[in-house]
Amino acid sequence: MELKIALAGNPNCGKTTLFNDLTGSNQYVGNWPGVTVEKKEGKLKGHKDVIIQDLPGIYSLSPYTLEEVVARSYLVSEKPDAILNIIDGTNVERNLYLTTQLVELGLPVVMAVNMMDLVRKNGDKIDVAKLSAALGCEVVEISALKGEGGIAAAEKAMAAAQAKKAGELPHVFTGSVEHAIAHIEESISGKVPNNFLRWYAIKIFERDSKVMETLHLDAELKAHLEEHIADCEAELDDDAESIITNQRYAYINGVVDKAVKKKAAKHSLSTSDKIDRVVTNRVAALPIFAAVMFLVYYIAIGPLGTFLTDWTNDVLGTAWLVDIPRGWLEGVGCAGWLTGLICDGILAGVGAVLGFVPQMLVLFLMLSILEDVGYMARVAFIMDRIFRKFGLSGKSFIPMLISSGCGVPGVMASRTIENERDRRMTIMTTCFVPCGAKMPIIGLFAGALFGGSGLVAVSAYFIGVAAIILSGIILKKTKGFSGDPAPFVMELPQYHTPSAKNVFHATWERGWSFIKRAGTVIVASSMILWFLQGFGFTETGFGAVEDNNSSLLAAIGGAVCGIFAPLGFGNWQSTVATVTGLIAKENVVATFGVLFHIGDGVAEDDVALWGAIAQHYTMLSAYSFMVFNLLCAPCFAAMGAIKREMNSAKWTAAAIGYMCGLAYLVSLMIYQFGGLITGEVSFGLGTVAAVLVLAFFIYMLFRKNKYDDNRLTVSAVHAAKVVTR
Amino acid sequence: MKTLKEVKVGETATVVKLHGEGATKRRIMDMGITKGVELHVRKVAPLGDPMELNVRGYELSVRKVDAEMIEVL
Repeated sequence: MELKIALAGNPNCGKTTLFNDLTGSNQYVGNWPGVTVEKKEGKLKGHKDVIIQDLPGIYSLSPYTLEEVVARSYLVSEKPDAILNIIDGTNVERNLYLTTQLVELGLPVVMAVNMMDLVRKNGDKIDVAKLSAALGCEVVEISALKGEGGIAAAEKAMAAAQAKKAGELPHVFTGSVEHAIAHIEESISGKVPNNFLRWYAIKIFERDSKVMETLHLDAELKAHLEEHIADCEAELDDDAESIITNQRYAYINGVVDKAVKKKAAKHSLSTSDKIDRVVTNRVAALPIFAAVMFLVYYIAIGPLGTFLTDWTNDVLGTAWLVDIPRGWLEGVGCAGWLTGLICDGILAGVGAVLGFVPQMLVLFLMLSILEDVGYMARVAFIMDRIFRKFGLSGKSFIPMLISSGCGVPGVMASRTIENERDRRMTIMTTCFVPCGAKMPIIGLFAGALFGGSGLVAVSAYFIGVAAIILSGIILKKTKGFSGDPAPFVMELPQYHTPSAKNVFHATWERGWSFIKRAGTVIVASSMILWFLQGFGFTETGFGAVEDNNSSLLAAIGGAVCGIFAPLGFGNWQSTVATVTGLIAKENVVATFGVLFHIGDGVAEDDVALWGAIAQHYTMLSAYSFMVFNLLCAPCFAAMGAIKREMNSAKWTAAAIGYMCGLAYLVSLMIYQFGGLITGEVSFGLGTVAAVLVLAFFIYMLFRKNKYDDNRLTVSAVHAAKVVTR
Repeated sequence: MKTLKEVKVGETATVVKLHGEGATKRRIMDMGITKGVELHVRKVAPLGDPMELNVRGYELSVRKVDAEMIEVL
């Protein structure tokens, strides 16, 4: 018989490590239905019929965060055979808070006290037998990082699942609360599954809106239950939700006092705290942060990254992947068009993307290390003040940082932001950061028209950051982003030595999602593009064309390129390059190579290509084109990631529409205003349009936030209430 | 009424009452800031906000706006 064991625990308790340890490479990663919370499951090593279901890391089973709702609805409706609850042995008190809620579900629970190696090192003692008695579940000691005890814990959970017996429920609450809960249990008995009786009763006591919705109790019963709750509230002079939370913690206090002996004095500094004294120090924090980011980028994009990219591009991507197969195909006398399709269409396209992989892996490797060490939470802590001003949260920095490597994992990293509004805002703006694939575009124009000036790249980053900040200010005043401000209550986990296993796992997971993109979207689009630019209608009818000026692609580009004329790049080559840029931004360079008859294997520093670009663009129109391509819709893969993370067609369309619109308007202003100054364009309709756009932006930036106003009055009323009390 | 926001770095305070309601209040309580618990203000972020607390033996960061809802003694 198949057994399902759910893995539950707080964030940072070592759950991911244990999950990887238990399942090895036998994992399936997907999404929970209807929401964008990651769902991971895998088969237990050595037990084909045991499925380990990883739940999102949560602190509680409240109805307020997406992760918590996902976890509890899984536990209540799917009824796993057992719950394996991992708790951090160095932070038992807060971790047990979730445990008190898990045991109430009436499912067999096994508690695994993790990080026992650290507990012992600190000289602390945990009395497992007392914990077990106090919470009514079996307790085992493990150290996931060292690979100790994990399998034993899983086997205990299997045994508990087969026994199908939940433990004795601890009496967590005081007399009057237990009394009210008993009354509620009596009233709803028969209306809910028997083993969930206590859980439902407590949720009703808390007036949990999500549970009340699902129960459909009649009004009379509701009023009756409400009486019990109100009585209890009056007696204890607090609201029901607070009563429950307070008493859980009070119960845990008692348990911890008996079962956990800490060697160090209260509020004393652990090693982690000592590190933090320096790392998040008022004076040193920002310089250290800058230094860390510089180091990450120096390694990823500096000499090592460049060497890796060059090697993969020149040796692996071109020589091995394209030239060798071409030799074979020509050797066996394959038809010219087929060789072309395979080598120039498919393999060259894949090669161009693969060339990017090593650099990406180096970047992901370093970000994974920072994440595993615990520095990422500090980044949010340090940056929160700044980001909040633009309607984002400190955690938005992480997706944006990753986006400077690649937008796909960047958008995916937005998952760490709990608040939906902040997350949507982050997804919408994070692709404005110039990603690694946009670098060749910048390099191309900088080399062709700006004498290779580094200022072009600097200004590209500046424009990206400005687009994020201004978008944040504009968007947070719109209706879609109005609502209650999000609480920023975040744990700063203890620093720990990164685990090589975890780091490589995370790096590979991210890298793989990028490689998959090369294998699917890119291959298909490379083939379509190869066809569109190699074939067309000539005097002799439809067929392969020598001159791609008469290709299908040229015809399509020529038909729509007019809309870009006010932006300074109304030639069809620009339109086609922009379109191919949607497949992958680095394609823009290769496309210019093909369209200007230089060859598709060109790099952004090809002198012949520079000459061709200089002929077709002025400095201003080149800059306008570059900015448009930096800000407009990202590549298909990133758009796919946006769609996955937004999980709503409406929001996806809004995000992509916003990006394209902003790109168009900004490029319009750059070309029109710049043109007036340089004399490249004369005053006309375009100028008027640009002035209107500018006025619109200024209005949107400085208008009053009417939604914020409401919020202020609400809190003012609230403050008045507090005072009168 | 003294709130957590006014507690200086390095000082310890005891929670008297939590104001506010809904998600934010529950979240703060879930993280262990409940009536009677001791909060030790560890530091304030370099840019002046948020603040870092030691509560129930771990480190928690809270924005000053939310700290204002926590009445302390």
